[in-house]
Amino acid sequence: MALYSEKVMDHFRNPRNLGVIEDADGVGEVGNAKCGDIMKIYLKIENDIIQDVKFETFGCGSAIASSSMATELIKGKPVSEALALTNKAVAEALDGLPPHKMHCSVLAEEAIQKALQDYYEKNGIPYDGCASCGQSGHTCCCGGA
Amino acid sequence: MQIYLDNAATTKVSRTALQAMLPYFEEQYGNPSSLYSFGQQANEALTDARERIARHLHCDPQEITFTSGGSESDNQAILSAARIGARKGKRHIISTAFEHHAVLHTLAKLEKEGFEVTLLDVHEDGVIRPEQVAQSIRPDTCLVTVMFANNEIGTIQPIGEIGRICREAGVLFHTDAVQAVGHLPVDVRELQIDLLSLSAHKFHGPKGIGALYARKGVPLTTLIEGGAQERGRRAGTENVPAIMGMAAALDEACESMQATGEKLTALRDRLIEGLSRIPHCVLNGDVHARLPGNVSFCFEGIEGESLLLLLDDKGICASSGSACTSGSLDPSHVLLAIGRPHEIAHGSLRLTLSGETTQQDVDYTISAVAEVVDYLRGISPVWRDLQTGKLQYVTQ
Repeated sequence: MALYSEKVMDHFRNPRNLGVIEDADGVGEVGNAKCGDIMKIYLKIENDIIQDVKFETFGCGSAIASSSMATELIKGKPVSEALALTNKAVAEALDGLPPHKMHCSVLAEEAIQKALQDYYEKNGIPYDGCASCGQSGHTCCCGGA
Repeated sequence: MQIYLDNAATTKVSRTALQAMLPYFEEQYGNPSSLYSFGQQANEALTDARERIARHLHCDPQEITFTSGGSESDNQAILSAARIGARKGKRHIISTAFEHHAVLHTLAKLEKEGFEVTLLDVHEDGVIRPEQVAQSIRPDTCLVTVMFANNEIGTIQPIGEIGRICREAGVLFHTDAVQAVGHLPVDVRELQIDLLSLSAHKFHGPKGIGALYARKGVPLTTLIEGGAQERGRRAGTENVPAIMGMAAALDEACESMQATGEKLTALRDRLIEGLSRIPHCVLNGDVHARLPGNVSFCFEGIEGESLLLLLDDKGICASSGSACTSGSLDPSHVLLAIGRPHEIAHGSLRLTLSGETTQQDVDYTISAVAEVVDYLRGISPVWRDLQTGKLQYVTQ
């Protein structure tokens, strides 16, 4: 069996939403180079909708694929939906990740949360994490319900 | 198209080795321990293989024990030396920080049993200095184990000088020569080696077979109990076909060693030169004291696994010491041992050549690596930070 699903390989080989947004409304960077994974997410938000999203990733195949899938899952969606995105949803959309690669999906979730936090802070909106359960980052337990 | 550049991981079984094995599956399949002539024919084949392997190492056939490969040989050599030492109250072992895990994990096991282990620094060039060994030997040192050549960065260690120091100090000397045998001349007498591990699949023999050389007078501790095979040093019916394949592969490798070595060195240097043109990269390991077929680089701003996957898409089989490829959180202990920071150790690439590698393969690989590194840097926030001065480059 191959290391990754076809979906992971597709998103790794042909990442969606790759790049930067120069005048982004929110930017989030997570991970560190020492551990070998860094993800950076750029958001363009208008009328509470994620109008555009771009990413840059330093990391393994599943890190790149997770970033790509996460951006696809939130593009064109209301901010509340983006806030509720979980790592599980990212991994599932990729038809699964090997157990030792699940942290890549966690990083993707965290990068989006951080970019949204940045957007909130820039606009003076209080940030209280997941719109559904009120928790932030991968501690969010509501599964995006 | 496939360009196989991972010959330090394993090699293709040579035609000669395969042909040498085949008769022992369907025709000469007797058990070498059986009394009747059909079994004894297999035993004679074993004797012949043992003599040929001994000749290449410059030792006596009785000093060769067949094992399942490099890891088993390393385990048995180290545990045997530790038992010999423990009987005399000597419980100190000297090794290096960049040994293979078959050595390091065996040493860790011994540490739990009360042994003390000194791991020598391997310097940025990946070569230990003999005087480090001399300075570390204590009255209670029972073993020095230093690999002949490193599997990741290809650096060749001063084995002869270490052997001399150990012999003079009366300390047993083991070398994991898995990457060296069949590629470099290995004379256990001249180099004063007491114990040596080798593995057939690193020199175009089959997998699952290797040997342990133990100098006469160095008793081996058995790891596998059972029958009296291998003069009681390793139980289990001998893998006759694999042993015949190993002997044939070693004959072939030693016969062509000089010619292959010269060819590989030229290709290796061409590959090193080509990859060096990629900005902000660094060659791992000394450029001269190096296996003929080993090329190892770190590239800043990228991660090794994604590099390997994209090279795979281009038909190139390579390896990396990144955490993601090692299955752990830390990048290769070898790269950390030579002082590479985590950040750039994650961006490592090892390419190991064989006699089948062509100049065309090398040239294609240079451009493929350059292209993939450039692409991955283009999507890397680390590379952006390096370029904008937010982060400092580690390499030139």
